[in-house]
Amino acid sequence: MTISRNARLLLGSLLGVGLAFIYVPLAVVIINSFNASKTFSWPPSHFTTMWWSKAIENTGVREALKWSIFAGLSATAIALVLGTCLAFAVSRYQFFGREVISLLVVLPISLPGVVTGIALNNAFTKQLGMSTGLLTVVIGHATFCIVIVYNNAIARLRRMGTSLQEASMDLGANGITTFRLITLPNLASALFAGGLLAFGLSFDEIVVTTFTAGPGIQTLPIWIYNNLFRPNQAPIVNVVAATLVVLSIIPIYLSQRLSQDTTTGGRF
Amino acid sequence: MLNSLSNYFHKKQRLRLVALLTTPVLWLVVAYLGALAMLLVTAFFTIDNFTGNVIQEFNLGNFQDMLTDAAYKNVVLRTLGIAISVTFLCSVLAIPMAFYMAKIARPHSQKILVALVLTPLWASYLVKIYAWRTMLEPGSGVLDWLLAPIGIHSPGFGGPAIIIGLSYLWLPYMILPIYAGLERLPNNLLDASGDLGAHNFYTFRKVILPLIFPSLVAGSMFTFSLSLGDYITAQIIGGKLQMLGNVVYQNFSINLPFAATIAMIPVSIMALYLYLVRRTGALASM
Repeated sequence: MTISRNARLLLGSLLGVGLAFIYVPLAVVIINSFNASKTFSWPPSHFTTMWWSKAIENTGVREALKWSIFAGLSATAIALVLGTCLAFAVSRYQFFGREVISLLVVLPISLPGVVTGIALNNAFTKQLGMSTGLLTVVIGHATFCIVIVYNNAIARLRRMGTSLQEASMDLGANGITTFRLITLPNLASALFAGGLLAFGLSFDEIVVTTFTAGPGIQTLPIWIYNNLFRPNQAPIVNVVAATLVVLSIIPIYLSQRLSQDTTTGGRF
Repeated sequence: MLNSLSNYFHKKQRLRLVALLTTPVLWLVVAYLGALAMLLVTAFFTIDNFTGNVIQEFNLGNFQDMLTDAAYKNVVLRTLGIAISVTFLCSVLAIPMAFYMAKIARPHSQKILVALVLTPLWASYLVKIYAWRTMLEPGSGVLDWLLAPIGIHSPGFGGPAIIIGLSYLWLPYMILPIYAGLERLPNNLLDASGDLGAHNFYTFRKVILPLIFPSLVAGSMFTFSLSLGDYITAQIIGGKLQMLGNVVYQNFSINLPFAATIAMIPVSIMALYLYLVRRTGALASM
């Protein structure tokens, strides 16, 4: 295709501007975590790794990280089971209300988090008389994680077709053996990618968590939010923020290696 | 035993379907739709001004308050304005980036560029807005330090900051569908347009833009609707400015029925937007 040299240069520099827009703030976060000044000052005059060792020792951060991982894993496990069941039902069976299910499953992630949050809080505390805590956080997170697993699983199931399973059954394997030896291995990478995305979503969630966590539980995003405006905590917040930026490379690397149809966050 | 159980299930197709559907559908209907329905009903209740308890009597008082108070109309208009600006800014940034990625970059660098655009989606939401707080801080922020030599100053915290912050958060969601749309666009269409004497910009306006319109709409579903319900960005870099989400958040603890009423606004706008998008048929051609 012929695109003039000037147009190429212009588009190339616009791409550069866009990438700078994306990466300069992230770079600032990382540099700032080494900023020796206790209050925010830019550009940093001295650098130190002191805040990193302080952050690692910080009990608040450790606690929050523990809650985040626990809630994320629980929500992901539930979403994996429920999302896969739904994907099987929708892709392999004809039934009344099939379209409604695909709408129902995407609703929790499409509506604003604040709406989902106050709806769940109202239902849990006022209607059901539950107290907010880890259980309500996990229920809330699992609800919007289902769609992620569902999207990944259904894309794979549609591409897989049913011929392999039929061949397996024709050769005498029963339903359980076929699922164990044929269906699951073919589905595994899609489920892993879906689970990874679901965990990422849960790990990062703040709005629904705010309304379902109650005072006892701080996930990492809630901890960051609560300490964001406390001046003497700023250096620790910087380190936590920088760590999260650096860690975001891992899932991208994994999902790029794993599958092509699931790198977009599962929302498409 | 296991074998006979498995054979039994294989013969009963309906039973298998019911086994697959029951738990997830119950979960979504009870935990989610039930909660939403409760919230919708609550919007028609009021609270006792003395005790703060919800009085379960059906009335339209909240909706009257919402429609008659000009303050809420302003918040709605401001939120809409922000969501539209974010969508526009994201489109303007995303189109040239996606075009370079899809049509100019070599296959190898294409993959890297896609990864570069995707990575920030995994960086924490809060961290990204926090990053913009350090960028925009008036006087001592990074933007002032970076751009003061060319005479540009940070807009500080407020409406423009919210628009920048939200655009930053949702930009990848706009780039990816446009990139996918451009990849599908045959190169010879652009060549043909050029051969027939069209300038670059003319080709863009008359050939590229109409063909990637469905992708733009797909991207806007994220940039527009995610912006409509946001309140944390406004809390962190919005200064005193409030969006619809902030009004819901503030009313939540003091007047839940009214918070529920306000929460219906972004939901209705999104439903209307989705309906309009469906009518244009933009999604069917994705």
